[in-house]
Amino acid sequence: MHELSIASAVLDTALRHAGGRRVTTVAVRAGAMRQVVPRSLEFYFQIVARDTPCERAELQLTEIPTELRCDTCDTRWSPQVPAFRCPACGGAEVAITAGQELEVDYIELEQEEAVCIAPG
Amino acid sequence: MHRTRVRVVEDALDANNTIARANRADFDREDVVVLNLMSAPGAGKTSLLEATLAAPLPGGGPRVGVLEGDVQGSLDADRLADRHVPVVQLNTAGGFGGECHLDANMVRSAIDQLPLSEIELLVIENVGNLVCPAEFRVGEDARAMVCSVTEGEDKPLKYPLMFRACELVVINKIDLLPHLDFDLDLLLHHLDAVNPHARRMLTSARTGEGIEELREWLSTLAARAPAVL
Repeated sequence: MHELSIASAVLDTALRHAGGRRVTTVAVRAGAMRQVVPRSLEFYFQIVARDTPCERAELQLTEIPTELRCDTCDTRWSPQVPAFRCPACGGAEVAITAGQELEVDYIELEQEEAVCIAPG
Repeated sequence: MHRTRVRVVEDALDANNTIARANRADFDREDVVVLNLMSAPGAGKTSLLEATLAAPLPGGGPRVGVLEGDVQGSLDADRLADRHVPVVQLNTAGGFGGECHLDANMVRSAIDQLPLSEIELLVIENVGNLVCPAEFRVGEDARAMVCSVTEGEDKPLKYPLMFRACELVVINKIDLLPHLDFDLDLLLHHLDAVNPHARRMLTSARTGEGIEELREWLSTLAARAPAVL
């Protein structure tokens, strides 16, 4: 259900970087921990993008798997369920090295071809 | 026409976080510590506030103000009206059917109404929801949540973002335990897996059990030095 809020935040970010130019693609990187439902985000993005330079832009979503690292024994793993204790030593000091991202990676813009005026 | 790619690499919530930092600067200037209190609808946030604010907090009685976030209406603010604490109601309705969470900009719009010079602790009661509020910082120093025993033991596994975001998890409605098929140990086990660092508290806003511990925690929080946001 947070996809509407995220779609609005993605749209605002894209529009700020587009500077009024027409946007054809918005690429988003979302960590697995953010629990973004791709189809839901795309659906809401199309709604909030109406009547803006992002209207009908394609939302490309790349999901980043969660990666954890134990600070105590340096074990690294990708949990399939939200368990944040080290499976090797049981330690609670665990760093999340990937999976929390929620960023606009790039946007693609439509631009007029540069017109070359021949001298003379 | 041709296409140009523009590299952005920016957190989608950057704009919100920037406003949250501005809120924090305003709170810090007035020496007000801010708690963002979250839960599912009906977990007992307002009941717990009614119980904890029935008397001045221990430890010299830091003064408390409450910012009530709701989609609509002032029912919660009305309930707190006789607790002799300043309460400001913030409604998120309007726009897309009413936002399901508070964001930094909404809180910013209410700052002028808050008597910051008269309080040491501001409790922001977020909209009841275990999903979106975890995403949006509002300028708080600490985040806490209420999880009631009627919600089921699996909630930390279903809403890890929320359960990881909070430094305190208040497990409320424990007076109902004898009447429920609820495995408290299993909930605590799941909570430990998702957020081993969270402090836990068992409370009943109805009977008053655990309320003094929560009052002590709020009092200690009010004396906390500002954290870096």
